[in-house]
Amino acid sequence: MTATSPPALEAENIHKRFGGLEVLKGISVTARDGEVISILGSSGSGKSTFLRCLNLLESPDEGRIALGGEELKLKRHAKDGHLVPADPRQMARLRAGIGFVFQNFNLWPHMTILENLIEAPLRVLRQPRAQAIETAEALLAKVGIADKRNSYPAFLSGGQQQRAAIARTLAMQPKVVLFDEPTSALDPEMVAEVLNVITSLAEEGRTMLLVTHEMRFARNVSSRVIFLHDGRIEEEGTPEQVFDAPQSPRCQQFMASHR
Amino acid sequence: MDLHGFGPQLALGTLMTLELAFASLGVGLVLGLLGAMAKASPHASLRWLGDGYTTLVRGVPELLVVLIVYFGSSAALGMVTGWVGMETHVELDPFAAGTLALGLTFGAYATEVFRGALATVPKGHIEAAHALGLGPWHTFSRIVLPQLWRVALPGLGNLFMVLLKDTALVSVVGLDELMRKSQIAVGFSKQPFTFYAVAAGIYLLLTVITGGGLMMLERRANRGFARARS
Repeated sequence: MTATSPPALEAENIHKRFGGLEVLKGISVTARDGEVISILGSSGSGKSTFLRCLNLLESPDEGRIALGGEELKLKRHAKDGHLVPADPRQMARLRAGIGFVFQNFNLWPHMTILENLIEAPLRVLRQPRAQAIETAEALLAKVGIADKRNSYPAFLSGGQQQRAAIARTLAMQPKVVLFDEPTSALDPEMVAEVLNVITSLAEEGRTMLLVTHEMRFARNVSSRVIFLHDGRIEEEGTPEQVFDAPQSPRCQQFMASHR
Repeated sequence: MDLHGFGPQLALGTLMTLELAFASLGVGLVLGLLGAMAKASPHASLRWLGDGYTTLVRGVPELLVVLIVYFGSSAALGMVTGWVGMETHVELDPFAAGTLALGLTFGAYATEVFRGALATVPKGHIEAAHALGLGPWHTFSRIVLPQLWRVALPGLGNLFMVLLKDTALVSVVGLDELMRKSQIAVGFSKQPFTFYAVAAGIYLLLTVITGGGLMMLERRANRGFARARS
């Protein structure tokens, strides 16, 4: 990788208000290829909102987002003043390049696991069915649930569902994958199986942004850690810097309470 | 039982009843979906339109809806042809008028069924579709509609059974469906009990078959929703 290649994902000066409450007060993050960035912070610090702004599940009020050097075209909504996509086709294309893994998996219950995986590749990437199925089966094998291909989501454990959801995201061959508290809805004994999958993705060199409360995992898997407080980046650095020698009092306090 | 040779006529009437019921069902499902989407719309004017539609249609007896659509449409069409200078008398034929009237009625009640069902589709499923790059049409047709359908099916089935029997109302504007064929048979044979009982039996049979069909549809739509037996 040369220094001139554009970053995988660039977010600049993201602001978000909910009514009178300003949740994000100007957050900028740049993820280079292969970087794994963990976003930490207490609840209400804006972690999830920031992640959701990156693929426009929430409309930011200010800011700029670019994927692989291509800037997402935004325009101001006439009525409520949010930034909304100016070009729906471009948005769909860029969104397809930004994978998103939800806390609650959000698998579609009326489709089998395999159908969940091939839906977007068929409709959005217009892959031939045989190719989509082949890719999907390889991904299911990779996350260790190849035998569940014809099951419906309700028949899987939480850990299996989250692994299927990760496979569904990977089927779109995203440039960046965003994880929004991927293990927070899981029973404790299922957390490890999901974290193992995410770790193996990090080892493959995938670019990922991760909101998590699993401190030890964040420390081991991240190349960089960002600590959010009150809608701003309070501290940023390598895992060693942020976990072992935090500079700001807020971050020191947070780390002390999560040991 | 002696049907005085009216058997084939009753069969034709039954066929017409079914045609009318399914045609109205088609119109009504489309109107119901549109109505539910209008009522859930962020635009106030669309919500008013949806509210106006269901309030109006549900507030008027079905028999009157049939009569108003049938005679009202002739008057309306007559006005239009009058403007363009034609003197001919035009009217919606009884089948078209009946389909429209029963479709309007079914649609108004189905609007409420769909509206309730729409609220049960979790927002996260739609967000997942958006995050994967699915556009609004695919998100609706592939993710929302199948789940909507599953929840709405029992309510819609109920409405269809009501609709099936409301087809009898269209006999008043002269459509040769089962009810009218029975009345004609009664007129000739002077045996009201026999023919009305036969008609009742046929309606009952149709409803029983419908119920069976609905059960099959529900089982199909519920795949994936039953928890595994442990």
